[in-house]
Amino acid sequence: MSVSEAISVERPPPRARGWPRARIVGYALVGLWILFSIGILAYLIYAWNGEFFARYAPAYLQGLWTTLSLVAISMVVGAIFSLPVTYGRMSRNRFLSGLAYCYVYFFRGTPLLVQVYLVYYGLGSFRPQLESVGLWWFFREAFNCGVFAFALNTAAYQAEILRGAIESVPRGQWEGAASLGLHKLQTLRKVILPQAFIVALRPYGNELVLMIKASAIVAIITVYDLMGNAKLAYAKSFDFQAYVWVAIVYLVMVEILRHGVEWIERRITIHLHR
Amino acid sequence: MPAQSIWTLLSWGPEGWSDDIAYGALVTIALALATLPIGLTIGFFVAWAKQSEEPSLRVAANIYTTVFRGLPELVTLFLFFFGMPILLQYVIRLFKPEATIDVDSFIAGMIVLSLIFSSYASEVFLSAFRAIPKGQYEGGYAIGLSKWLTMRKIILPQLLRIAFPGLENCWLSLLKDTALVSVVNLAETLRNAGVAARVTKHAFLFYSVAALVFLVLAILSSIATGFILRSLGRRQPR
Repeated sequence: MSVSEAISVERPPPRARGWPRARIVGYALVGLWILFSIGILAYLIYAWNGEFFARYAPAYLQGLWTTLSLVAISMVVGAIFSLPVTYGRMSRNRFLSGLAYCYVYFFRGTPLLVQVYLVYYGLGSFRPQLESVGLWWFFREAFNCGVFAFALNTAAYQAEILRGAIESVPRGQWEGAASLGLHKLQTLRKVILPQAFIVALRPYGNELVLMIKASAIVAIITVYDLMGNAKLAYAKSFDFQAYVWVAIVYLVMVEILRHGVEWIERRITIHLHR
Repeated sequence: MPAQSIWTLLSWGPEGWSDDIAYGALVTIALALATLPIGLTIGFFVAWAKQSEEPSLRVAANIYTTVFRGLPELVTLFLFFFGMPILLQYVIRLFKPEATIDVDSFIAGMIVLSLIFSSYASEVFLSAFRAIPKGQYEGGYAIGLSKWLTMRKIILPQLLRIAFPGLENCWLSLLKDTALVSVVNLAETLRNAGVAARVTKHAFLFYSVAALVFLVLAILSSIATGFILRSLGRRQPR
């Protein structure tokens, strides 16, 4: 076999030219998306209402701030609370691990909306008892109830993330650190967690995105977050653009976060790429 | 109103609320089950488009998942529930003025949940697609099957088996997302529990019952999926 023949045999098949079916469908679908976005844009221009904007844009900004602070507080509180839950989940003690398992199962198995209702309306029906222990001031505010429910909920998810990440670190790492004479806490802090966090970063990022999306439901318990302000604007003006704007804001926020997490992940795994 | 005992409130019949909540649970199950086939089908085709060689198909599919995974479920629901009647009315008035449209909340919920479910399921299908070696396609083509037949007879059976655990997660979040449709007045579990809570002023009790219903549904689904997984495993060639 001559050299030129061998080369001609190994050449990959030529790329499809012309209009195979996949391309027609693909172009049609992209065309539909373009049409759709032009439609949205045209609608927003057509429905443009300076008065609406001047009236509700500051409210939306305020709502954005409420949403962000709600998510930030509940993420942090949830992260702290997830530590004992993780400890319980990984503990050899039957009772502790069973308790943590039930906690996680409950908060992952029921809708967040139900949990929010349970806290806001459910605990609200224990007002005299709460007043007597001096906690009523906290549960009176819908915002606090939202934070409470969200923190408990995200603690369950974060505990699972943390547990998965810690368990993804091979046993040999524990044994190696033990043979160097590090005790358990030191091993965890200096050897295990740095490796676990690389694994956990993406799930944590996903959890943050999920929390931002889920935070829209506090609008139902009368918290004026981003969604709450959109609901209010719609109820007052019957102008559908209230929801279109809020959708755009959420979408942009989520996309920024998603790409941010991807960027961080690329940065901190730089030593793993060759 | 005389103080009623908890057991009267939870009884079956005109005095109690169990029958209402059970009816709501049926609506929840019906909504999730009605969404499932639509969502699975859309999700499969979106994943197929995502791993296609044609760039335009990939772009279209990626926009789909970006939009419906990026929007909060509640926002998507409201966009459809309030937006669809406006749009439909506009279109229909072109032909038939004076027509009014009302969107059923079950249908709106079904559409929205299908969109959300399919965008999550498509990611699961996509990673399953990537787990199937190229030789499987080539083998299919080599014995003269068309692209569609290869997909249906060779790839899809393996794909479903690989994707099953991921799809189980999607199903569980679908079950939970149905609770959101209560916001647009669909009489499902949470909505009926809420009515009971408002009428009887026993909010904690009835929302706990609603939570319990969802927990039981989740447990039942994991029993069912465990059963399916075992039977899938038995049929797996060794």
